[in-house]
Amino acid sequence: MTLDALNLMPILPEIILLVLACSILLIDVFMRAGSRDVTYWLTQVSLVVIFVAVLSGMSMDQRLSFEGSVINDGLSDVMKLAMILMTSMAFALSRSYLKDRDIHKGEYYILGLFGLLGMMIMVSAYSLLLIYLGLELMSLAMYAMVAIHRDDIRSSEAAMKYFVLGALASGLLLYGMSLLYGITGSLDIAVIRQAVLGGEIPKIALLLAMLFMLTGLVFKLGAAPFHMWLPDVYDGAPTAVTLYISAAPKIAALAILMRLFGDGLIGILADWQMLMIVFAVASLFIGNVVAIAQTSFKRMLAYSTVSHVGFILLGVLAGTADGFSAALFYVLSYGLMSLGGFGIITYLASRGIEADQLDDLKGLNDRSPWMAFILLILMFSMAGIPFTLGFWAKLAVLQAVVEIDLVWLAIYAVVMSVIGAFYYLRVLKMAYFDKPLITGMPVRSLDMRWVLNGTGIAILILGLFPAGLVALCAQVF
Amino acid sequence: MSFIKLLFLVFASSAVLSAFMMVTTRNTVYAALYLVLTFFSTALTWLLLEAEFLSIVLILVYVGAVMVLFLFVVMMLDVNTAATREGFVRFLPLGAGVAIIMMLEMSLVLGPKLFGLDVYPAPVPKAADYSNTEAIGSVLYTVYVYPFEIAAVILLVAMVAAIMLTLRRRPETKYQDAAAQAKVRREDRVRMVKMESETRVADIAKQGDGA
Repeated sequence: MTLDALNLMPILPEIILLVLACSILLIDVFMRAGSRDVTYWLTQVSLVVIFVAVLSGMSMDQRLSFEGSVINDGLSDVMKLAMILMTSMAFALSRSYLKDRDIHKGEYYILGLFGLLGMMIMVSAYSLLLIYLGLELMSLAMYAMVAIHRDDIRSSEAAMKYFVLGALASGLLLYGMSLLYGITGSLDIAVIRQAVLGGEIPKIALLLAMLFMLTGLVFKLGAAPFHMWLPDVYDGAPTAVTLYISAAPKIAALAILMRLFGDGLIGILADWQMLMIVFAVASLFIGNVVAIAQTSFKRMLAYSTVSHVGFILLGVLAGTADGFSAALFYVLSYGLMSLGGFGIITYLASRGIEADQLDDLKGLNDRSPWMAFILLILMFSMAGIPFTLGFWAKLAVLQAVVEIDLVWLAIYAVVMSVIGAFYYLRVLKMAYFDKPLITGMPVRSLDMRWVLNGTGIAILILGLFPAGLVALCAQVF
Repeated sequence: MSFIKLLFLVFASSAVLSAFMMVTTRNTVYAALYLVLTFFSTALTWLLLEAEFLSIVLILVYVGAVMVLFLFVVMMLDVNTAATREGFVRFLPLGAGVAIIMMLEMSLVLGPKLFGLDVYPAPVPKAADYSNTEAIGSVLYTVYVYPFEIAAVILLVAMVAAIMLTLRRRPETKYQDAAAQAKVRREDRVRMVKMESETRVADIAKQGDGA
């Protein structure tokens, strides 16, 4: 291949994003410290630009490029659009929070954009090399973002934990990848898929490679029993950063899980299915039961993330098209709910008040009935109360699990969700029936109000009319 | 046993031994030097694999640049080795257990039964005039241009992150601004004040008498 033959069109959105991110980096350096709002608006404009770029090239057909190492299909396009949207929402929800804490730095947006670039590379990656590089790009940006509040000891501790454990997970993943490369002789997932299906390669070596890769990826996703870092990082990081790392990166991680296991290693489905069942069962238990004991709203949401990851794994482990589309639907709705949940914290947190404890939500209805209503939608949706978005997501995943005759697993998941409903409803009890400890509402900028209200309304509407999103998720597989 | 195999055993065992010493030694400077030896031994085994370019790059970049920098850092920081060893005995059984299980698993799989020469035959050695560097160069900027560029972006992000985390503006520190010093004008430093001239007390008294 010569450079003339190089077709750059398939990675055009990534190229545009890189150019825009570098330009914003330069502009930000030459600007006065007080004018970070310019960086913010430039970032939002560039997100709109790449959103349009992805949308204009969108197609449900599978297109391979770069010698088969880059894949563009319906899945990658839908995921990219969702990630861009969620990143933009996360930025909008976090600006005031950062300003109040004097950490409104341009680097937050710039690292966020580079992290998004890593995620976009991940969802389009069809070779082990690109998967790993995309993952590292995303993780590196996120480690630095967690440490953005340098003078806060908890933020630094969270960053250190995240970095060390993330590096360990990368090492495990990379070791598995190198073994897989050794036994199949290729980095391309299409070739690996053929080799695994062919059954010529030694099974036990393949299993060891699979074990290492799955452990590494599950570590990054935050499923139990590799979830220990997740509550500490989510709780210790500034809420603005938690917002960012809780939504879009989960989509990208799901993409690699689907490409690597649902596509490349589909030949040994029965083996990785069993492991994923263990991870899913443990995540559902720990996520739902430990969350009950939390007094911090932020930490409770972190444990609820662990249980949502369990549900996402349930969809993937089905190994069917229905299961994958259910997992995609779940991760998209989880992303929205997570943005809303952490968004409420950044909305209520004014200067000096962190608003991340459950007590801070007491009497929210007296302070602002509308905000309490949004909290109600979010908590109902997360708990999976019928006719909310979270309910349809859970239902789709459970259907996929029942289809592969794992009825006991579906029943277990339902029981765990019912246990989980307790702590979501307790939040609402505090918001509606307790006396407020804080009075008054912070004044927030228009874009932040719009995004938070929009998230709540979107979850409400998608819960009442989920057919469109369900159809889209089914169409990409 | 062929000469190459003997060389391999020497280099490989020195790599493993120095890696072990690096982890267990008490002195951090020695640890860094043992790491240099590990890199060096690894580079030599790569040389046996006919990967000359990578082998030299490993020595140039890791030993020459990264480790030297690392040594500086180690010498400048006052690392409390006692504190880092805290809890070593408490976590030793767990850590050793995990390590032994992983080692057993790996030795079960990675033995000659599955990865022997009959399964994966040794590649045919290239001719003496074969250029390893050229081979890498011809794919690095064509087939692997996309991963190459992503690696560059990763380095950029690392740079941005490092600057963000360490750049600290201290308003309380005093420093000289040569440009401002040179640009200074007389008006900035000297303020002309018009004052009435002093009068003696005796004169005031005289004026008082006159009135």
